[in-house]
Amino acid sequence: MQGQDAGMFKEPSVEDVIKIKSKDVCVYYADKQALFDVSVDILANKVTALIGPSGCGKSTYLRCLNRMNDVIDIARVTGEITLDGLNIYDPDVDVVELRARVGMVFQKPNPFPKSIYENVAYGPRIHGLASSKTDLDEIVESSLKRAGLWKEVHDRLDQPGTGLSGGQQQRLCIARAIAISPSVILMDEPCSALDPIATAIVEELIEELRANYTIVIVTHSMQQAARVSQRTAYFHLGDLVEYGETDQIFQAPKDERTQNYITGRIG
Amino acid sequence: MDQEHIVKSFDQDLGQIESLLLEMGGIVETQIANAVKALVERDLELGEQVRAADKRVDDLEVQIDDLAIRILALRQPMAGDLRAVVCALKISSNLERIGDYAKNIAKRSSVLAQVPPIGSYGSTVKRMSKLVQAMVHDALDAYVARDQDVAEDLRLRDEEVDQMHNTLFRELLTYMMEDARNITPCLHLLFIAKNIERMGDHTTGIAEQVYYLATGNVPDDDRPKSDYTSFMTAEQQDLSKH
Repeated sequence: MQGQDAGMFKEPSVEDVIKIKSKDVCVYYADKQALFDVSVDILANKVTALIGPSGCGKSTYLRCLNRMNDVIDIARVTGEITLDGLNIYDPDVDVVELRARVGMVFQKPNPFPKSIYENVAYGPRIHGLASSKTDLDEIVESSLKRAGLWKEVHDRLDQPGTGLSGGQQQRLCIARAIAISPSVILMDEPCSALDPIATAIVEELIEELRANYTIVIVTHSMQQAARVSQRTAYFHLGDLVEYGETDQIFQAPKDERTQNYITGRIG
Repeated sequence: MDQEHIVKSFDQDLGQIESLLLEMGGIVETQIANAVKALVERDLELGEQVRAADKRVDDLEVQIDDLAIRILALRQPMAGDLRAVVCALKISSNLERIGDYAKNIAKRSSVLAQVPPIGSYGSTVKRMSKLVQAMVHDALDAYVARDQDVAEDLRLRDEEVDQMHNTLFRELLTYMMEDARNITPCLHLLFIAKNIERMGDHTTGIAEQVYYLATGNVPDDDRPKSDYTSFMTAEQQDLSKH
């Protein structure tokens, strides 16, 4: 009797486009190696979840994707990461431009201490994406709409972003990230400070955003990874243990370490 | 999965569902044995006991379902745990059906006890039921051990049950052709044989669940099937090459 795949162990199909390709990525914080030879192909217009216990390297890996580790003096990254085929660690790459293409949303909503309008308009303005006030208004409106926040804030755009609720603030940060038209959005535990309703709204938003963006999300909630992602990578002690279809990872993981982690066993 | 959960009560829940399944399996095995014993030994009292004991089997199914649904709702099991809970739901339903067939045999045995015995069906029915009983036992052992090989072996053993069913079917057809007065008891015996054959199928269903539980894959649907009685006629009984 041969085991038959019940349609759930799909290899990436030919239509899947690799958005970010990483090969043998290692990260060192001073002498300590935090990530060991991580090779992952992140697919375009999919949500990829990075899961694993604290200190496993998932956030470290996420931060490699828009060179956020550059801001840590002692951090050193080796290996290769390409975005649409271009090496993002090439010395010629403009990091500011890279971060415009690879936006990021953090664990704690961190709106600027400015108005709702200015929070969203700031990026397009410094990147010169708007040629007129009308242009900028349009970008602000469409970004807030995409982030599912427009209806709630359209009549108080001049009020401070920090006055919004936690969930609204996080969606404002998402609007701010998409205002500069990135193609990839990195999310580092975007819902960990939100209540279940605000979380559901953000998760619904992630599903909608997937049509236009490639999303990589770090989450400690296994259920969230299962709900929002199409592909899941499990990290453990700096190694990428298993990477595959989310269905497969949560129903029949191949590696025992993955199994132990997602079923809540001592690993 | 030998390792324990960090949350110990989760292990207790999973352990409880497993012991309820084993208890249910044990009772079902006894039910099969007693039903056939009541039939062969024309023991009306034992037949009555089997009919009454089916209630316990039904109760256990409800308990297992309740616990499984509670685990799904409260613990959101993943991976091997998820498969264990989903399989428990399906296995309990298979066991409940097997229990029903045993109860039905017991019912028919009370009718058969009132007519003179026919031919030598007793030994074939006994052998057939012993085989199925052992299969139920091994299927549950395989469930506990997450043993995919036993599960595979069980699917093959069901072929033997099918073949015995074919033999009985032919034998009973002959008796009915010989004497029309045999028709009533033989029809009951045919249903009994069919009941045991269906028990084998349900046990195979359990084996398939165990295979899925152990491997995460659904087995191929290429198991040997040897029940030819659907194609048998009085004129042409040998349809083994059908």
